[in-house]
Amino acid sequence: MSTVMASKARRAGTAFTVFLKEVRENLRDRRTLTSAFLTGPLLGPLIFVMLISMQVNRELDKADQPLHVPVIGAQYAPNLVDALKEGGIVPDAPVADPGLAVHRQDADVALRIAADYGKAWRKGEPVQVELFYDSSRRDTAGAVERVSRLVETYARQQGAMRLVARGLSPGTAWPVQVARRDQATPQSRAVLMFAMLPYFFIITLFMGGMYLAIDLTAGERERQSLEPLFANPVARWKILVGKLAAICAFSLASLAITLLAFAVVGRFIPAEKLGMELDLGWHFAGTVLLLMLPLVLLLAALQTLVAAFAKSYREAQTYISLLLMVPLIPSALLAFLPIKAQAWMYAVPLLGQNLGIMQQLRGDGVTSEQFALCLVGTLATALVAVGVTAQLYRSEKLAISG
Amino acid sequence: MIEVRDLHKAFGSVKAVDGVGFTARDGEITGLLGPNGAGKTTTLRMLYTLMTPDRGQVLVDGIDAVADPLAVRRTLGVLPDARGLYKRLTARENIEYFARLQGLDEAVLRTRQEALVNTLEMRDILDRRTEGFSQGQRVKTAIARALIHDPRNVILDEPTNGLDVMATRGLRRFMQQLKGEGRCVLFSSHIMQEVAALCDRIVVIAHGRVVADETPDALRAQTGETNLEDAFVKIIGSEEGLAA
Repeated sequence: MSTVMASKARRAGTAFTVFLKEVRENLRDRRTLTSAFLTGPLLGPLIFVMLISMQVNRELDKADQPLHVPVIGAQYAPNLVDALKEGGIVPDAPVADPGLAVHRQDADVALRIAADYGKAWRKGEPVQVELFYDSSRRDTAGAVERVSRLVETYARQQGAMRLVARGLSPGTAWPVQVARRDQATPQSRAVLMFAMLPYFFIITLFMGGMYLAIDLTAGERERQSLEPLFANPVARWKILVGKLAAICAFSLASLAITLLAFAVVGRFIPAEKLGMELDLGWHFAGTVLLLMLPLVLLLAALQTLVAAFAKSYREAQTYISLLLMVPLIPSALLAFLPIKAQAWMYAVPLLGQNLGIMQQLRGDGVTSEQFALCLVGTLATALVAVGVTAQLYRSEKLAISG
Repeated sequence: MIEVRDLHKAFGSVKAVDGVGFTARDGEITGLLGPNGAGKTTTLRMLYTLMTPDRGQVLVDGIDAVADPLAVRRTLGVLPDARGLYKRLTARENIEYFARLQGLDEAVLRTRQEALVNTLEMRDILDRRTEGFSQGQRVKTAIARALIHDPRNVILDEPTNGLDVMATRGLRRFMQQLKGEGRCVLFSSHIMQEVAALCDRIVVIAHGRVVADETPDALRAQTGETNLEDAFVKIIGSEEGLAA
């Protein structure tokens, strides 16, 4: 009897046997390794650093550098032009059609001073200065703002002097003054720029397990090894558990590498130059890892489910790349439509992780209630996905390749 | 012993197996002969519980395959039509994987593996990855993997498919040895010479039905043909799908 018991105990560990074999087999596959441990987890941080550095440098360049602006009719308003020069603007030679110059992106912004500027000025009548720009060109917004502010400041100064000359207080002309009190913190300013960060993490998770998920179901079927495998006295759900565990192990390793890379790389992002603060250290990494934990299982189950529907490796690859679009939805939504987070949103898989990571990035921290909602919500969904996949694994057709 | 009673299996409107019944006894080699598409593979798949029959019963050593599939699989060694080795694993790793899934302990695994490696003469390929194996090396590995748990009943689906003469002869010797050890050996084939040379009993399947279930001699007597090939053609009713 004892040998029967022992062999029963060994069979109970069959899910682990499957897990070990899948891990060992896939550690020998160069494509899987590259995707899970190199390109997947490191490409994100690399692209990120490049984008951020480019942006930072561009912003800094713009703030410091003299701004070239074509000015038409500069001779009519020498004082205004002098004021602009003081503000770091270099008046360029006039262009024939300022609207076209801006449209063609020859100039970021152009200024036109009317020929009757001098006459009207002397009479004390309002004069017009035209500013040409293209508001759909977002990168020129800074330049436009700079020129328009300089012109307005000049106008205000001149107006004040005229009032003083007439014996009036300048305050009479401007009864209301706006005092701006910006409540953005260095961390929250960073959030705008880093809104896509959660997507990077989810993609990494996805890529880490993707090849395994395809290989372990569609690949095994294509190579016709599922049929002999299922001839063993092992319940199919145990085989599925072993396979899911292997997928999870790979995607978790992927995520860990990417978090490590971000922690290292985060030190080199010159965020403080933009008045931002970015903490991608251990606490951040730990929070992300915990939030992502149930998502690892959910993605593994979904990928396996999709791969089980496909008739071949290639077909599975196509379907899974389509599945890759799904995590983009909440990230894109949050990036373009700033939503005020409601409690229930944390329970929605992907959305919850997005919100939690952004919150951590803002420096607000994730409350234990939000943690609980996120973990329970995603885990429940993951278990449903595992259940559906297990059901599919029981089907007769799964093992038959041709 | 494998007992099959009135098996039915349909895929949509196609009746792949339409009332198959036979018995494969211990210490005998039973051949399942039939043209391509006769329903051999589907019948075997129901025996090793990959598919559930629509109707009928399979008993392996008295255990019902539908009621207790895991117990049935424990008493079966199966070489499916699809060999499906793991090409990134060595032959040894392939064998050990299945041994662990069968729940063998390490000592038994070593003894069993040693015996199979000797019998199948596969020591030189044992520690090579199976990618790039010849057809014969693949079949050897798949058989060692299927029989690692010392099953009483052995099911081989077209075992000599794609093998050269030497490998085929080796495999036939091996099947004789299994029979000599008192096992129940059931294999399918569409090659009549092979079936004639090996079998104690021949079950001929055509269009999903058993059309003959006899010893080779009885088959010859029944059809009145001295040549087995002519006997088969007469039973099946056409020469279609029968390879010499």
